[in-house]
This record gives sequence, C-alpha cells and structure tokens, in this order.
Amino acid sequence: MDALLEFYLDPRNNLVEQTITFFQLCLIPIALAIVIGVVVGVLVYRSAALSFVAVNASNLIRAVPVLAALFIFVPIFKIGFLPAAVALTLLGIPPVLLNTYVGLRGVDSAAIEAARGMGMTGWQIMTRVQAPLVLPVLAAGVRTAAVQVVATAPLGGLIGAGGYGDYIIDGVNSLNTTEILAGSILVAALAMLVEIGMSWLERRLTPAGLKAQAA
Amino acid sequence: MSKIAFRDITKRFPGARRPAVDSVTFAVPEGSTCMLVGTSGAGKTTLLRMVNRLIEPTSGEIIIDGKNVLTENPIELRRRIGYVIQQIGLFPHMNVAENIRVTAEVAGGWTQRRLDVRVDELLELVGLPPVEYRRRFPRELSGGQQQRVGLARALATDPALLLMDEPFGALDDITRTRMQDELLQIQRNVRKTILFVTHDMDEAFKLGDLIAVLDEGKVAQLGSPVDLLTNPANEFVARLAGADNVMRQLEFLPVSGALDREQTVPFPGWENVPECAPNASLLTAMLKLLETNAPALSVQTGNDSRVGYITLASITSGITKTRNKERQLASERA
Repeated sequence: MDALLEFYLDPRNNLVEQTITFFQLCLIPIALAIVIGVVVGVLVYRSAALSFVAVNASNLIRAVPVLAALFIFVPIFKIGFLPAAVALTLLGIPPVLLNTYVGLRGVDSAAIEAARGMGMTGWQIMTRVQAPLVLPVLAAGVRTAAVQVVATAPLGGLIGAGGYGDYIIDGVNSLNTTEILAGSILVAALAMLVEIGMSWLERRLTPAGLKAQAA
Repeated sequence: MSKIAFRDITKRFPGARRPAVDSVTFAVPEGSTCMLVGTSGAGKTTLLRMVNRLIEPTSGEIIIDGKNVLTENPIELRRRIGYVIQQIGLFPHMNVAENIRVTAEVAGGWTQRRLDVRVDELLELVGLPPVEYRRRFPRELSGGQQQRVGLARALATDPALLLMDEPFGALDDITRTRMQDELLQIQRNVRKTILFVTHDMDEAFKLGDLIAVLDEGKVAQLGSPVDLLTNPANEFVARLAGADNVMRQLEFLPVSGALDREQTVPFPGWENVPECAPNASLLTAMLKLLETNAPALSVQTGNDSRVGYITLASITSGITKTRNKERQLASERA
C-alpha cells in the first residue's frame, strides 16, 4: 500500500499529466462514437437496405480484435495518441449505433402515426416522441461503449498513446509489480465508476411511463 | 351546408392493378356522422387518410369548409382535424393528461391554465374521472380506457371534423358496445362532423347518419341506414346492408313504412289501442304489440293526427317487401 502511494506521489511518474491524457484518450473517442453512432443510426433506421449494411458493418467491427484495430492505424497515423484515439472511437461506435437503431425501431408505429395525425412536424416527432423513448436504450449502448473504451484504452500504451497504459506497459517491461498494480487499479476503478454512473443515468432517463406496471 | 366534400378524388398506388380510390364524389353535411363501409381493400382507410393528407391523392379535390385542403399546409391542416386510430397510439412516456394536452400544445394558442381545465373537461366527457386518471400512464389502462384517452386527445383542440379509423375494432364486444353508446352520447353534446371507417355493419347502422358503401374504390351507394335497407342500389349493397337481416330491419325500419294499408279507420274493438310514433322502429312497435297484447297500434304524432294502424301482420309484410327487393336485385343480375 505504502509503495503504491509513494508511486502515485512521486513527481517523476507524472500522475496528473497521465490522468489528463488517459481521460482525453477515453472521453474524446466516447464522444465521437456517440455522435457518429447516433447520426448514422438516425440516418439508416428507416431504410431496410441501409440499416442492413450499418448493422452488419457494426457487427463486423466488433469481431476485429482490439489489438489489431490498435495497430492497423499505426502505418497511417504513426505512433502516439491519434491512432489509439481512432481505434477506440471505432470500437465505441457499434454499441451506440446498434442501440440507436434498435431504440428507434422499437418506438410503436401507432404512436408515430398518431403524432403525424395530430400535426406534429418531423422535428417535433423526433424530440417529443422518439427521443424520450430511445434515450434509455441509447444510454445502455453508451454504457457498453464507454466501459469498453476505458478498459481498452491502456493498450494505447503499446503504441505510445500515453495515459495509465504507460504504467502497465512500463511495469511489465521492468518487472515492477508496484507500477503494474498502480496502473491496473486506476483503470479498473475508472471502468467500474463508468459502469455505475452510466447505469444510474440509464435509470434516470427511463420515463416513468415505461417503468409503470401493466394494467 | 356540407362540411366536407370529395370531388372526383382518386388514389393510385404505384404498381397497383386498379386505383385504391376511384373518382369518389360525395359530401357530408355539417354535424353528421358518415360511416365508410366496405370489404377490406375497398379503399375506406385510404379515403380517410387523404382527408388529413397522411396519403396524398393522385387527383381530385377535398373541400373542407369551402376550401380545397390539397392547397393547404398539411401540418396546419392536421392540427385542425381530430384523428383516432384502431391501434390508439398513445405516447407511453406521457401520462394521460400529458397525452391529451400534447395535441393542443402542438396546435398552439392554449395557455397552460386553460389546458388544465380542458384536460379535466375531456376526461369527464369520455367517462374517466380526472382525479383518478390524470396521472396514470397508458400501460396502466385497459384497451377501452386507452381508446377513451385517444378520443379525448382527438377532441382536445375542439376540432369541427373528426376522422376515426376503426377506433373500436380491437376492443372486446362488451367494451365496444359501451364505447359506441358513449360516442353517440358524446356526439349529441359536441355535434362534430365525423368520418368513421368500419367493416362492422352493425356499428355502421348504429352510429351512422349516413353510410357510404365503398366497393373496389368506388362509392356503391351513399344513403341513410334506412335508404340502404329499403332502397339498396345494387346486390352488393343489399347483401352488405343485410336486406335479409330481419333483426336489423326491425331495428331500423320506421313504423311509417309498414302501416296496415287497408285499415285507416278503426276496426271494431280498436278504439282504445295504444299509440306509437311514425318514426319509431318496427321493433319498438312489435314489442309494444306483444307486451300489451293489443290487436293493433294507432300510429300518430301528438293527439289526433293519426296516420294509420300497425299490426303484427303489417310488420311481417313490411319486412317481406324489403326482402323481396333484394331477391329481385339478385335475379336481375343473374
């Protein structure tokens, strides 16, 4: 325990800088994945052909091993923060996109018909009817994506992305158990925090009407 | 004045063998209920959905209050028309009050306080005590209760025109009958012009002031329930209207059409027979004859303007007359 604390407090280990880098390495890809996943999901859900392509492409991306995804961008972007961020973004898109699609398809078509019939504009249908019903499903997708990105981000250390991954990779290379543990504990704690936080958000976003018991 | 008129309205779906709606022309007077009936695929729902332009007609005009709706902004148009569908389509994330007020919020021009009052008023109207139901969610309601909210929602902005697409089609028999009775009751208070799609002829006869019979996209006949029974335009209408349906004839044919022709002056012993109104149904007259065990009923309005007498025998011959008409139409075609 003391060794760990000492490690964290040692200015040579740059805990603050590494934390900032690690957060950037997680938050930027998660944010990008949400934007891309939601936009693509909204654009394709109405068309059977387009959604077939999007859903299958998502599943295909999921099948790519994380390490392969990480290294595949190195020839293009060289090593560092950028290739890792791109790979993590790619990793985060499928759960967001799939849940956006599933959520939108899950909205009762009769509710949409009624909304059109009462004279709602497309924008009103989206904001007043679809969004509240899709948001909890989307939040579940974002939770999966976020946990996955946080858990995978340390691998960025392998291609020089910085962050807590540096501690782990460094620790493994120098057989320094304290350093390995120092990195792993932070990553694990962060992943769990994300899981707990997002679950809470998901419950908050679920409208009371959907939790209500059937008559 | 007619509230809504179809002029040569046609809808041709791409790739279809024949038009779904084929040069339909008819008008519905203000404040009346017009039932659109016909077999499935006859074009009832297509015709209805063209009124609020959820479907765009291929050609023709739809005139509401003297204005062709096809030149209007469809969004604005829909906000002035009430719309009730079989699948109801309440918003599951909104409670009952929110579901009703959203229609008025979208249409605009309502203050929050007026809306609160309006919601309670409408809930009373459709028979759901506001205190108990305002805050419930659609999931916590039965199918019948949900459709009551659906109706309240459609009435929120007090539209003069109401479109109903088989609104009671998915309800069980008992609930359906009750909802029909209540719609009649509500309609007596609100006097909307209603276009009502149904494939249930009993419902059409019960609720309709007018019935438009559609067959393969064309209007086979437009008339009152009695017209359809006594003067069906063709065999199809006769069969659909059930000209051989004795119960329906008893319920809808008026006493005035089945008077005892030979007997305008009282028979000996008929001096004190019970009275009956000329527009009463044959069923009412028959039940009265059976209950009182009288030989005849004096058909009259008020005290002394007697039109004639009705007997069990004249009821029988009145019904046989309409049945023969149907047979005749059938044999003409054969």
